Amino acid sequence: MIANIINLSRDKDASAAAVQAGKNLSSEGKGHVTIEDVSVVFGAGADAHTAVESTQLEVHPGEFLCILGPSGCGKSTLLNSVAGFVQPSSGTVAVDGVPVTGPGPERGMVFQQYSLMPWKTVRDNVAFGPLLAGQSKSEAQSIAYTFLNMVGLTRFAKHYPAELSGGMQQRVGIARALANYPSVLLMDEPFGALDAQTRLMMQENLLRIWEDFGTTVMFVTHDVDEAVFLADRVVIMSAAPGRIIDDFRVDIPRPRTTDITTDDTYIQLKRRCMDRIRSESLRAFEQQNH
Amino acid sequence: MNASPPDTQAAAGAAQAAPEGAAEAMPETVNTPETEAEKAVTPREAIAVLLGAAMKPKAVKAFAKSWSIRLTALAVGVLIWQWATAINFNYFINFENIPSPVKVWTAFVAHVQSTEFYIHIAVSMQRIFIGYMSAVGLGILLGLVIGRSRLARDVISPYIEILRPIPAVAWIPLAILMWPTEESSIIYITFLGALFPIILNTAHGAELTPDVLIRAAKSLGANRREIFWHVVIPAALPSITAGLAIGMGVSWFSLLAGEIISGQYGIGYFTWNAYSLINYPDIVVGMLMIGGLGTLSTYAVRLATRPLLSWQRRSR
Repeated sequence: MIANIINLSRDKDASAAAVQAGKNLSSEGKGHVTIEDVSVVFGAGADAHTAVESTQLEVHPGEFLCILGPSGCGKSTLLNSVAGFVQPSSGTVAVDGVPVTGPGPERGMVFQQYSLMPWKTVRDNVAFGPLLAGQSKSEAQSIAYTFLNMVGLTRFAKHYPAELSGGMQQRVGIARALANYPSVLLMDEPFGALDAQTRLMMQENLLRIWEDFGTTVMFVTHDVDEAVFLADRVVIMSAAPGRIIDDFRVDIPRPRTTDITTDDTYIQLKRRCMDRIRSESLRAFEQQNH
Repeated sequence: MNASPPDTQAAAGAAQAAPEGAAEAMPETVNTPETEAEKAVTPREAIAVLLGAAMKPKAVKAFAKSWSIRLTALAVGVLIWQWATAINFNYFINFENIPSPVKVWTAFVAHVQSTEFYIHIAVSMQRIFIGYMSAVGLGILLGLVIGRSRLARDVISPYIEILRPIPAVAWIPLAILMWPTEESSIIYITFLGALFPIILNTAHGAELTPDVLIRAAKSLGANRREIFWHVVIPAALPSITAGLAIGMGVSWFSLLAGEIISGQYGIGYFTWNAYSLINYPDIVVGMLMIGGLGTLSTYAVRLATRPLLSWQRRSR
């Protein structure tokens, strides 16, 4: 019992340090994403398929941006071009002025599928990034505990991912991405596979962490509620070819809780998203019929 | 920042409020089932606990049941064999000249009392050990390379496809010609037996590395070597360990062919020699020794590799 209390207080200090480190990152103005005239074409010749068409997007340091759109509209492709998994066919992607040429730890990624290493314990999954960055084993582990504490999973540090629920695994995924102190956190429908109640809890949890940590977030989703609830700013993408058709700010004060879902601004913005997506879907539908 | 995680608070609260129910609430006391098992030990359970890792009472019961069925099945087989030899069964299959289990047992007991029998066994086990270990080293290496590089696959797999179906016996002349000593020819043949299953299983496992895990590792800053070490190899481990167990079996399978070359010792030589001398009970003793030792070594391989897969067994 006493050991537990001591542990807790040590964790508290450590997490305060992590939060400070995160704040330092954003106060330095890091996490500035510029997407200039980016097109992504898959395949060639007659099979060529334009996933993203001449897209322009600037994400400001510390901003929480949601990319909203129907499935298959190229929003994940756009995110993957920032992550470095996809090379744009034309245009450039840069983070803090450095062109993206491949994946890197300064751009933390949280995937839709469960992507923890099943053979590493929860702690070792989170410690993996710091270890690769050249930290000693004990340093990496103490960083891991800091971030596990942040997502409330210290108790499961020595468990294997398969012993955790889906929501817990995604929280570990977030801790793992943050353990590298990324300037941008890229999230590709991270809560898509979770049930509605868990998703709500995860969203609130994510906002708390982000408000403390202050890193730039690019969050891809097809869920209108999720986008408006989380974001400072929402961009809406249309399908075939994928491009941005709307871009607006969400001026709802923080910290936000689920109570804001009855707020007038919230409802107006939600309607705006739905109208936009609906008219785009209709347009796409008519195109198919011609 | 909400610094105290709700999970920890809840667990601490539960422990304080309900000291008796703490066992259910606190994951720290997960060893409860084992202590219960120790309290009410029946001989069967004790055997099961000695044989394997400490298990829950339910698992012990299932384990004991499974093994009693296995032993009964074997006993029934031996009884049928005894019966067929006793009545000189001859209807399409002929048992007239087959030694009865009793005769085989008598021969076995006689051998067990001679030192030579143990030399046969020790020599064979040493050959298997060297051949198998070499196959493990080379097989895992080649398998991983084949699984991850298209060029390597195109270069190596034609050899594997052509060499794999060749039975061990067919290698005897070439093995004698190729290798400097008799001993090395025998080891080479057991090595070949283990090699192919290990290569193929390892390659299969390495091919199936989940793409999302490779991408996750890349975005955490892993380079090619680190991805190989932290992602590809662990992801292939279930396949590799399966290959290791199969390879051990095939190694014993090839032993007799290898030891035909040998002029003195080895349990395969023992069997082959009994064949030359028309000593039927000894042939069966040799056959069963190969079968038994093969089974034991395969089991040993499974036991030895089990800790590598602990992350799999602990899934919900």
